[in-house]
Amino acid sequence: MSVRVDTRASLSLVGSVLKYLAVPLCFPLLVALYYEETIAPFVGTILLTVVLGVGLERLDADPDLRAREGFLMVAVTWLAVAVVGAIPYLIEAHGVPILVEPVHPESTLRNPANALFETMSGFTTTGATVLGDISFESHTRAIMLWRQLTQWLGGMGIVVLAVAILPELSVGGAQLMDAEAPGPGIEKLTPRIAETARALWGAYLGLTVLEIALLYSLNLAGIDGAMTFYNAVSHGLTTMPTGGFSPEARSIEAFSAAAQWIIIPFMIAAGTNFALFWHVLTGDPKRLVRDSEFKFYVGVLGALTAVITAVLFAGGLVSAAPAGGTFDAAYLETFRAEIVGQLEPSLRYAAFQAASIVTTTGYANMDFNAWGPTAQYLLLFAMFIGGSAGSTGGAVKIVRWYVILKSVRRELFTTAHPDAVRPVRLGGRALDERAVRGIYAFTLLYLVIFFVSAGIVFLDATRSGLSLTVLEVLSAIAATLGNVGPGFGAVGPMGSYLAFSNASKLFMFVLMWIGRLEIIPVLVLLTPEYWAR
Amino acid sequence: MRVVIVGAGQVGSSIAADLADTHEVIVVDCDGERVEELNYSYDVLGVTGDGTSVSTLEEAGIEETDMVIASTDNDETNIVVCSTVKAISDAFTIARVKNTEYLRTWERSERAFGVDFMVCTNLLAAKSIVRMIGLPAARDVDPFAGGKVQMAEFEVDDDSPVANQTVAEADRFDSLTFVAILRNGCVEIARGETVIKPGDRAVVIGSPTSVQEFARSVAPEESPGTAEEVVVVGGSEIGYHVARLLEERGFRPRLIERDGERARDLAERLPKSVVMESDATDIEFLEREHVGDADVVVSTLDSDEKNLLVSLLASRMGVERTIAIIDTADYVDLFETVGVDVGVSPRSVVAEEISRFTRDGEAENIALIESDKAEVLEIEVDSESILAGRPIRESMQELPDGLVIGAITRDREFVTPRGDTVVEVGDHVVVFGDIDVVDDIAPKL
Repeated sequence: MSVRVDTRASLSLVGSVLKYLAVPLCFPLLVALYYEETIAPFVGTILLTVVLGVGLERLDADPDLRAREGFLMVAVTWLAVAVVGAIPYLIEAHGVPILVEPVHPESTLRNPANALFETMSGFTTTGATVLGDISFESHTRAIMLWRQLTQWLGGMGIVVLAVAILPELSVGGAQLMDAEAPGPGIEKLTPRIAETARALWGAYLGLTVLEIALLYSLNLAGIDGAMTFYNAVSHGLTTMPTGGFSPEARSIEAFSAAAQWIIIPFMIAAGTNFALFWHVLTGDPKRLVRDSEFKFYVGVLGALTAVITAVLFAGGLVSAAPAGGTFDAAYLETFRAEIVGQLEPSLRYAAFQAASIVTTTGYANMDFNAWGPTAQYLLLFAMFIGGSAGSTGGAVKIVRWYVILKSVRRELFTTAHPDAVRPVRLGGRALDERAVRGIYAFTLLYLVIFFVSAGIVFLDATRSGLSLTVLEVLSAIAATLGNVGPGFGAVGPMGSYLAFSNASKLFMFVLMWIGRLEIIPVLVLLTPEYWAR
Repeated sequence: MRVVIVGAGQVGSSIAADLADTHEVIVVDCDGERVEELNYSYDVLGVTGDGTSVSTLEEAGIEETDMVIASTDNDETNIVVCSTVKAISDAFTIARVKNTEYLRTWERSERAFGVDFMVCTNLLAAKSIVRMIGLPAARDVDPFAGGKVQMAEFEVDDDSPVANQTVAEADRFDSLTFVAILRNGCVEIARGETVIKPGDRAVVIGSPTSVQEFARSVAPEESPGTAEEVVVVGGSEIGYHVARLLEERGFRPRLIERDGERARDLAERLPKSVVMESDATDIEFLEREHVGDADVVVSTLDSDEKNLLVSLLASRMGVERTIAIIDTADYVDLFETVGVDVGVSPRSVVAEEISRFTRDGEAENIALIESDKAEVLEIEVDSESILAGRPIRESMQELPDGLVIGAITRDREFVTPRGDTVVEVGDHVVVFGDIDVVDDIAPKL
């Protein structure tokens, strides 16, 4: 048996996943039929993805998946869906020669680099956008739904979904989910991995449906007229995956305080390890409150919310609207009157934004460019925290920071007592030293990639004559690598990444990709050792 | 009673010696010479052969035997002996094991392995050490109900906070019952109005934590609190259990183990201890870690000589008390003379436990107070007992004076007995009483 990587087997499995991408593509197709919009983008893509998928599948009739093939399959799958997923945007803007007229030729997604950026941002649940105009005038409802659906599919993981439904992935499934799932290692909930994958997706689907129902009930109760059924579905589809694509240009600012309060706990749930929900549902609710990562996560959220609330309450908004910014003096005054010295709004804006950034959802209930530097820097730091392991959140992940914190404390102790043997404990369980080392390596690698990328993008911006502040570039990189979405300044919650050059956008396309797969599974493909015998 | 002892090592021989006078004892061992030796030294019958084989057991007369004690040095052999015995006879079986996992399995279902009573060497040794660390002020400590209940005897000094108080006044401890006051060799059952005088000895029964708390308040200087520093040297199973039991009582012990892998393993299992990887005879290390400032050093290394050395080193560095495991029972006196404060022989501890159990019978656990003036009894309540299904206050009216219910355990959990506590069938009740009263009343309970 050859030890080398069996690329044919990997690509064949990528083909299986691509083939099934036709199924979710049917939903926007139905929406297009309902709203009497063009169906060409979806019919075209469905045909293409089935042909491409079946073609790739033919490469290997009986793919044998081993550890190494797993990394290749996962990495290529994410790349492939991002490419195929961009096709509806391109057809919408360009049409199909001879057969179909373009629907919205003025769309910014006409540029293939933009279309790719938007799809990768969708599937990786980043939520960074390059749409010039977020409205139903410049995009069909069906296209917008597809944009939100990519986030929902990417949230719990396309590969996890594939493991749940494709029997041929039942053997190497744990391997694949490990390569894809956020956080170090996966927890097998049931003896069969496909069942575990189904349990995770089940919890995910259940929470999504619950959120949609609660949001729409606001409309039915007459509390929030803006929360139409379309909007309720759209926000359900993008909260649970910690995505953040909203069909509203003003994001969550467009909705009532009640809707904002409903979305906060769902964002927090999305950043929680889904395995814990499974335990809660199967009759062990104490697991949730006993879990040390969850306690730490809630503690971090609480502390951050408390500090930001105090800052906002005390009047921590910028003194003047920036020239050429995404808001004006009138906007600032409205919020100053609403927030300063008022407890409920201060708390709501702080809690919403803290949850949105820590869980890497990326929604905004106000333009936080209006916040003063103290609150803004807190948010920048929060971009590195991330959700829990096994959640849909991105960035470094709370569990890694917790372990690092504990091992630093251990380091201090062993300095005083050099002979002491101290395992790092996570909820009473001692961690293997290799796992601790792995966490250090990942976090360091993450920070190195962050700084190097920021340097590259800053240089490219200067080259292309784009004037950006250091904070703007840093936040853009933190937001794409961590799958957060919005940054500060031009790339803020009401802005977009449109101004960057194509080169920078394609670079961030890669950052989002490796950020979602937690770097190592992608980087390992670049090492000669991976391909060697 | 006819007793077969399988395994004529230190434990087996010691039990044989203990029982030979009052029982018919047969000793089985593979080692012919050892059997021969026992034949001459004690009034017992020796059988040479493998205790796990039916034919050997039959040769030892298993059909007429009432009790089999499996006490070889090998856990698995002892368990197989008991299963074999159960397969061919009705004899009561006792097994000695070292591995606590077997004990845990057995505790789950007390029919497991065909063992009727299981004694764990390492755990017993560790428990007796921890009792000594916890209650140096106590004159006597006896565990009941599998360690969930403790009876302890304390001397009351002039400056003790309970001196010159009545029992009712002194009774401010949760899950603790005053059962008697010993004064000039007399046993006085504790009543609410009984005055505790300096020089008396108070007998209390309660949960280990409450007894510890009580000890701290009657003799604050002598009783270490959990802030007390304990260093355990040697990560053997006994060392591990000492540290674990200390953790359970709120101590934060330090444990020194030389082997890196073992140290790591122990560190994972002992979250509240500080495990250090070092040679405990390395003086520089001991100084660096201020081991001399410790209040107690327990040495549980694998050789008696090393334990002696560590204890001597520790005392020289200024440690207040040293406790050492001494495998060879004969060395205990010698080591205590040379400088170890307390020597504990695991084999003797087990032999004592088995002998005591054998003497006391099946379900009862007895301790004698003031050379048999009073007795503490542990009884499992059955449906025929006068205590069953009613509040204690009610049943006490039918029971004579001179009897106190000290503690109850239900499903291995401690229940404080008060007047309105209803005793249920299956509860374990620890009763204290005058010797004559107890003898009369015991069958009714």
